Amino acid sequence: MNSWQHSPIFKFFASVRVTVTVLLTLAATSVIGTVIPQNQATEAYVQTYGRNLFRLFSVLDMFDMYHSWWFQLLLVLLTINIFICSLDRLPAVWKIVVKPPGFKPSRFQNASCQRQVAISSPGQAQSLLEKALSRNIGRVRLEQARDGYFLWSEKGRWTRLGVYVVHLSVVFLLAGGLIGSFWGFDGAVNITEGETAKTIQLNNSGKSIPLDFEIRCDKFSVSFYDSGAPSEYRSTLTILEKGTPVLTRDIIVNDPLRYKGINLFQSSYGNLPSQNLVLSFTSRATGMEYKEKIAPGLTVTLPEGLGSFTITAFNREHQFKGHAIGEAFVGKLTPPNGDPVEVVLPVKFPSFDRMRKGEVVVAIAETETRYYTGLQVTSDPGVWVVYTGFLLMIAGCIVTFFMSHQQICIEAQIDGKICSVTIRGIANKNKIDIQRKIDAIAAEVAQTENQSKQSSLS
Amino acid sequence: MNSSGILSVVTFVYGFAAFLYVASWIFKKPEPGRLATWVVFAGLMGNITGIAMRWMESYTLGYGHAPLSNLYESLIFFAGTLAAVYLVIEKKYHNRIIGAFAMPFPFLAMAYASLSPNISDRIQPLLPALKSNWLIAHVVACFIGYAAFAIAFGLSIMYLIKDKDAEGKSQLLERFPKTGVLDELSHQMVMFGFLFLTVGIITGAVWANSAWGRYWGWDPKETWSLITWFIYATLLHARLTRGWHGRRIAYLSVAGFAAVMFTYFGVNLLPGLHSYGAMGR
Repeated sequence: MNSWQHSPIFKFFASVRVTVTVLLTLAATSVIGTVIPQNQATEAYVQTYGRNLFRLFSVLDMFDMYHSWWFQLLLVLLTINIFICSLDRLPAVWKIVVKPPGFKPSRFQNASCQRQVAISSPGQAQSLLEKALSRNIGRVRLEQARDGYFLWSEKGRWTRLGVYVVHLSVVFLLAGGLIGSFWGFDGAVNITEGETAKTIQLNNSGKSIPLDFEIRCDKFSVSFYDSGAPSEYRSTLTILEKGTPVLTRDIIVNDPLRYKGINLFQSSYGNLPSQNLVLSFTSRATGMEYKEKIAPGLTVTLPEGLGSFTITAFNREHQFKGHAIGEAFVGKLTPPNGDPVEVVLPVKFPSFDRMRKGEVVVAIAETETRYYTGLQVTSDPGVWVVYTGFLLMIAGCIVTFFMSHQQICIEAQIDGKICSVTIRGIANKNKIDIQRKIDAIAAEVAQTENQSKQSSLS
Repeated sequence: MNSSGILSVVTFVYGFAAFLYVASWIFKKPEPGRLATWVVFAGLMGNITGIAMRWMESYTLGYGHAPLSNLYESLIFFAGTLAAVYLVIEKKYHNRIIGAFAMPFPFLAMAYASLSPNISDRIQPLLPALKSNWLIAHVVACFIGYAAFAIAFGLSIMYLIKDKDAEGKSQLLERFPKTGVLDELSHQMVMFGFLFLTVGIITGAVWANSAWGRYWGWDPKETWSLITWFIYATLLHARLTRGWHGRRIAYLSVAGFAAVMFTYFGVNLLPGLHSYGAMGR
């Protein structure tokens, strides 16, 4: 043991008591973020918790707790603990694994798993025992003793390393997570059909950052099941390098596009007010219908001195007297004398305005929906480190939980015509399994013994 | 008869099996227990048939997906896994009293799925986010894990009952497995469950990365599965390296299963991305 292994800090971190404490603290504190909604608007929190509680929670970083210094500290603490614990124990285990100490009968004397049987024909006993032992464990080694012999077999010495693989995997997960948070990004961009985007907006800071390439959305489509539930969102994207298209591909949810280490995910969609909106204005006095091309923000002057009309807004989910009527243009009709009136023009119900019974009935004559696709744009150079950690963790768990280092020693003492056999086994884990193997060997021996007795009787 | 019909019959088959195991234990008669094994087996066959038929029915409806996409489907799969894992244990350890503590779970899961007015047994098309090859791996791994934890919970309860009566006064506890065996068996189940929970979380993470571009987002379901993982990791470390046995391990196993149940049902009360597992719709 080196001197640094005696330092109190090392000893503190090498203790499993710390592991248990940190694990339980992580479990308990993780609950908080599932009860308090994370990353909401300040006003929503103040409304729910009141000013004082809000201030207290803000100080404790409760509203983004999984990224708070104290939660991250717990994760780092766990990793240090795992690392030190492994460092503390691995050298000894490594020595056992790479330099097997060889066979010493004394190590089996106090084995908790033991069985004794007697064999009446010592001549056949050895090959019988060897066969049974090699079937249950593996290669058998023979060692002569004063009044008999030892048979010894072992397997799974390397499985002692399994738990260190699991621990290493946790270090990989944390390292991968750190790499991702330092050198990766997570952003979003909305691209209207036919248009090209060069920059994206980061999700956490809202900052705009440029990409090395351009993304064009050629087409977006959404399909529905008969029930009305969405079935598929599909965007056709083209990647352009300095204005030259290099790649065109469709993406759907669960099938992103990866280009130059940057991933483009289908995450949302929406539609924009049409560029080619034509409204019809029907005068009640004359019954004449006038068609006018218009766009949001523009004003047209109506004939017959009926006033003017402006499109003030386009709402994707318009609420009309408490009813959701879907996409709608909202306009302002200003008569020559009198107050302006609000006119709602739902895309789905073109002659909705007739209901208002005004001097002019406004209706949508022509419109064309244009979609935009909402893309999640991410880059995470740490993801392969994390995935390596995943594989190591699964492999390590299988080895740690379901494999063990098992050794069985059979001691045969020959006394004249009787061979008394003691089967002893040791295992670093899963004592039930080694006992089962010892029982199996004993049963095999007893069965052969019975058969030979019966044949000698007949 | 359609799949829902078969599965409602299976509910009563599992209930009958649970009743037989309890009767066999209380009245100390081996015959009902022996019958119960066959009843569970029949129930499991019906359960598998029901799931297979539901799978085929979804193709007839034109949706065509594995029946693992909502709360109803997860519950019937959970019940089947529980029955299968229990049968393996019974075969390996030859003790039918465990059945009295394990078989009520698949019965309750099926009864909840079939009888609760909040759970629809309609076959519904898959939402875009669920259309992934990871769906089957993720759900199957999670529910094998949950089933193992449920049985570990049953065994821990048996341990705590048996341990209360150290002198062996109660006649009812006479044929209980020894505390050492219960402790070891529940530990084996926890290890088994832990491996599958780990695989379930990992497949979920890989899936999330291909659907949303992030492998971990602290969504309540993710977080609660991690809380569960932390509790069972504590149990394993306490036992393997600090030599904890018996009552303390049994309490941790009970706490772990409470976390499993919250991950499964409770999280639906919280907002998040895993709403497909929620009720109603």
